[in-house]
Amino acid sequence: MTVATIGETPVHVDAEGFLTEYAEWNEALAAQLAARIGIDLSDAHWKAIRFLRDDFPAQGETATLRRVSTLAGIPIKELFALFPGKPAKKMAYIAGLPKPHGCV
Amino acid sequence: MQRLLVLGGGTAGTMVANKLRRRLDRADWRITVVDHDDVHLYQPGLLFIPFGNTHPEGIVKPRQQLLHDGVDLVRGEIARVDADANTVILAGGRELPYDQLVIATGVSPRPDQTPGMLGPQWRRSIFDFFTLDGATALKTALDAFDGGRLVVHITDMPIKCPVAPLEFAFLAEAYFRRRGMRDRVEIVFVTPLAGAFTKPIAAEHLGSMLDERKIALESDFLVERIDSDTKTLISYDERQVPFDLLVTVPLNMGADFVARSGLGDELNLVPVDKHTFLSTRYGNIFALGDANNIPTSKAGSVAHFSVEVFAENFCQHIAGRPMTGSFDGHANCFIESGDGKGLLIDFNYDTEPLTGAYPLPVIGPFDLLKQSARNHWGKLAFRWIYWHVLLPGRPIPLPARMSMTGKHQPAKEPQS
Repeated sequence: MTVATIGETPVHVDAEGFLTEYAEWNEALAAQLAARIGIDLSDAHWKAIRFLRDDFPAQGETATLRRVSTLAGIPIKELFALFPGKPAKKMAYIAGLPKPHGCV
Repeated sequence: MQRLLVLGGGTAGTMVANKLRRRLDRADWRITVVDHDDVHLYQPGLLFIPFGNTHPEGIVKPRQQLLHDGVDLVRGEIARVDADANTVILAGGRELPYDQLVIATGVSPRPDQTPGMLGPQWRRSIFDFFTLDGATALKTALDAFDGGRLVVHITDMPIKCPVAPLEFAFLAEAYFRRRGMRDRVEIVFVTPLAGAFTKPIAAEHLGSMLDERKIALESDFLVERIDSDTKTLISYDERQVPFDLLVTVPLNMGADFVARSGLGDELNLVPVDKHTFLSTRYGNIFALGDANNIPTSKAGSVAHFSVEVFAENFCQHIAGRPMTGSFDGHANCFIESGDGKGLLIDFNYDTEPLTGAYPLPVIGPFDLLKQSARNHWGKLAFRWIYWHVLLPGRPIPLPARMSMTGKHQPAKEPQS
């Protein structure tokens, strides 16, 4: 685990750059994390990111695409359009949450 | 007289009922198992049916015969659980009250959840192998297959026995070689994961085994629908994988009554404490085996190790004491790799599958993450152990808690 500086803010991250401390995240940081992977956050992005943030504390796991789709009402197709390629991973990165397990 | 109700007479449910029947006084506790039929299926055997190495009659037994005396079997469809009234309601209205409830109804493949899967190509060029019907129909299709593109596909995680699709690909490759037609078959492995498997060290080993066998890997592929006219898998990001023969693992979901009872998550899995299996919402409901949402493999070995921890805990729980056992997520799976060989992986919540050796008196040690004939024989021998040792709840020298003995520690802390 290392400390990285995102914008002006020092945060704890893992080897792939995912934040490891839930409380170190804020919305300004999210915008900067998103910019690093080429995403400009719109309201539609924020809806998904906020769901992930709200869901995590009770679940202890980052929500899967299916969970976001079912509970936040955002179709999986739209998640792929918003966060191209690897939406689950990209959403977790921006939301400052652990990379989703994909389970085992 | 108190009542323990076990929903589901599969691997976990049978072990729970039998183990607890030995522990709970018959004068104090009545144990009842509910299932919709009397056919217990040895699910690891399904993998071999398409290749003709196992016959359907060899992997089924009546549930009743596998349950100890003193365990009642009720046959019926579960309509719902009324958790506030401590009652299970069956279709038709019969009510079964309980003091403690164990949900062990597992997960089922749900081809209806992917548009186009159950279309005109279902069981013609699209097959599953996690059901007895599917595996049997696939055998006929494989026998008749004279070349083309075989696509082995996972719809989404989690699935039961997450290594089974890889095993199927390995076995199919060996099968076509044996038939002298390997050069006429292109094999593609399509997965929603970023690699051949979830955890880095196993993903690397298993990925290179795909390479050696010239099995193409299509990763990060989440299927949206199947076009039956063109026989093509289409992903949410518009990628297309055409097939002549598709062997798919449909979305796995928990039982519908779990959803109707308000006890499930988005996949009808019951949220539980990952160390004790106690429902996060009700103090007298547990969920064991594939039915719960613990973050480890959905596998018979997990059910077995879970039940070991649970049985001890349950006796404390009903005595009003805190549960002291804590499940570590231990899973232990043989992986068939074809040509009479196999691998073994052993892991838990905190430790990914590593290389090394798995010590076991007399018949071991088994090689971890490495192909060997002994692992293959271990897998075959397991069927006997399942029927005669595991299900009856007899002691078996496999500790529930994962051990690091024999495992090679990676030089650096791996990222999961």
